[in-house]
Amino acid sequence: MADPTPPTGPSRRRVLGASAGAAALPLAARAAPDRGPGEPTAGDALMVLRVNGQERRFTADVRTTLLDALRERLALTGTKKGCDHGQCGACTVHLDGRSALSCLTLAIAAQGHEITTIEGLSPPGGPLAPMQAAFIEADAFQCGYCTPGQIMSAVACVKEGRTGSDEEIREAMSGNICRCAAYPHIVAAVRAVAGRGFA
Amino acid sequence: MRPFAIEPASDAAVAVMAAAKGGGDVQYLAGGTTLIDLMKLDVLAPERLIDINPLAREHGAIVAGPGGLRLGALVRMSDAAVHPAVRAGWPVIAQTLEAAASPQIRNMASLGGNVLQRTRCAYYRDTRWAACNKRTPGSGCAALEGVNRRHAVLGVSEACIAAYPGDFAQALIALEAVVVTLAPGGGRRIAFEDLHRPPGSTPHLETNLAPGELIVAFEIPRAPWAARSLYVKIRDRASYDFALASAAVALDMDGARVREARIALGGVASRPWRARQAEGALRGTVLDEASAAGAARAAFAGARAHGEAAFKRELGQRTLVRALLAAGAMEV
Repeated sequence: MADPTPPTGPSRRRVLGASAGAAALPLAARAAPDRGPGEPTAGDALMVLRVNGQERRFTADVRTTLLDALRERLALTGTKKGCDHGQCGACTVHLDGRSALSCLTLAIAAQGHEITTIEGLSPPGGPLAPMQAAFIEADAFQCGYCTPGQIMSAVACVKEGRTGSDEEIREAMSGNICRCAAYPHIVAAVRAVAGRGFA
Repeated sequence: MRPFAIEPASDAAVAVMAAAKGGGDVQYLAGGTTLIDLMKLDVLAPERLIDINPLAREHGAIVAGPGGLRLGALVRMSDAAVHPAVRAGWPVIAQTLEAAASPQIRNMASLGGNVLQRTRCAYYRDTRWAACNKRTPGSGCAALEGVNRRHAVLGVSEACIAAYPGDFAQALIALEAVVVTLAPGGGRRIAFEDLHRPPGSTPHLETNLAPGELIVAFEIPRAPWAARSLYVKIRDRASYDFALASAAVALDMDGARVREARIALGGVASRPWRARQAEGALRGTVLDEASAAGAARAAFAGARAHGEAAFKRELGQRTLVRALLAAGAMEV
C-alpha cells in the first residue's frame, strides 16, 4: 500500500497490557459519539460500539476499520487480519447477527449495530460454544489463523439453515479461505453441529 | 488510506445536494465492499464520505406487484437473493446475486453499490502501474500488452480492455430494468442499458450519473420472459470468483419456438452487455443446439480479443448455448 494508515493510538502490546483495553483511553469528558446529523467528522472521533453485548467507547481516526478497532482499541484479537481487502474472511464477525467483513467496515459506521466477535460466542473461562467444540472434535484447523473467521461463518451458516447438503455448506463457507486446506474437516464440523440442531 | 471526513445521511435530498456540491471529491458509502477496498489501495481517495446506510428506511424495501418488482438501492444482495417473490418471478435476479461474491460480502453490499462496482483489472487496482486510463486519464493501458486473461472482448477500446465484473447488472440489463435516481432538483428514470458508458477514449467515466446523483431503486417489469430466466456463470473456482464468462437469459416460449429472448453477457464485456443480435437471431426459431449456437455466434461477431483473453470468444459462446438450452428446458 502506498500510503499505509498511520498509527491510530496505543500499540497492540500496550492495549493488551492495560486492563480491558478501552479503559486506557482518556474519554471521561466526552459523552456521545461525534455523529450528529449532517456534521462531517474527520481525524480522531469518539466512537461507541456495542461489542459482545457491551458498550465500548474509544477514540480513533475515522479511517479506522472495525477490524483494527477490535484488535487495536478493544484488545479483542481473536478476529484476525488476513488479506485486509475482503478476500480471505479471516476478519469475519457478526453485524446484527449476520456475517460481515470487519476489514471493509469502517468502525464509525458500525456504531448502532450489534457486533459479535469470536470472543462473544462463549463466556470467558466457560464452556466452548458448540461450533468451537465441533471444530476441535472434527480437527477442523491446522495453523488456526483462519479459524475464528471460519467459526463465525459456520455459526451463521447453521443459524440460516444453509446446511442441507455438503455442497450448500461449502457455498455458505466459501468466503473463508483456509491456507492449510482444512476444508473437509470444516464441513464435517458444520454438519455435526447442524445435525445436533444447535449453533 | 488518505484522510477523509465522514457524515451520516439523515435525508436523501440533503445528501444529494451535499454530494453534488462536492463533485468528484465526495463518495457515497453503502456496504463499502468496493469503496473501502479501493481507498486502502489508494485507487480512490475521496475527501468526504456520505454514509447513506441510514437511508435504508426509505430506500431499502423489496416490493413485488402485478406490474413488476421494485428493489430499493439499499437492499442487501443477500436479502434480494432469498426473497420469495424475486425467486419465483425473476429467478435470474436471485441467481446472479447468489453466484456473486461471498456470503459476508452479500450481507454487506447494497444493490445500488453493486451495479457501480469497479473493474478487477489488476492494473487499475495497483497504483504502482502508471498506465491506466481508467485510474489516470491519458496515462495509457498496461493491460493491452500485459496480463489480460480476465479482460473483456466485447465493447473494448484501444484505451481500455477492462471487464465489467458484476453479475446482478446482467440480470437487470436483460430484463430491461429502470434505474430510479435522486439528483438536485428532482430525479429521473434511466434505462439500465444507459447507466454505464462504453469506455471509448474516456474509460474513467464509467456511468452517465451526474455528480451527486444517487441511485435509489431499480424497477423491473413483469415481462412474459421474466419467469423463464436463469444465469450461468463460468469461473476458475467453484465459488467466490468473478466470471470468466456468464450469460443471463430470459425466454418467452411458444412451445419449442422462441417468441422473445432477452440475453446479457458477463465477464466478457467492458460494461453490462445486452446481446441484441443474439436475441434477434433467436426470435421465431425453434430453440435447439443449432439455433442457440447461431445466436451465440451473433453475440460474439463483434468480439475483439487481446492476448490471453482470446479464449473468451469460444467460452462465452458455449456459456450462452448452455444457458439458452437450460432456460428452454425450465418448467415454468
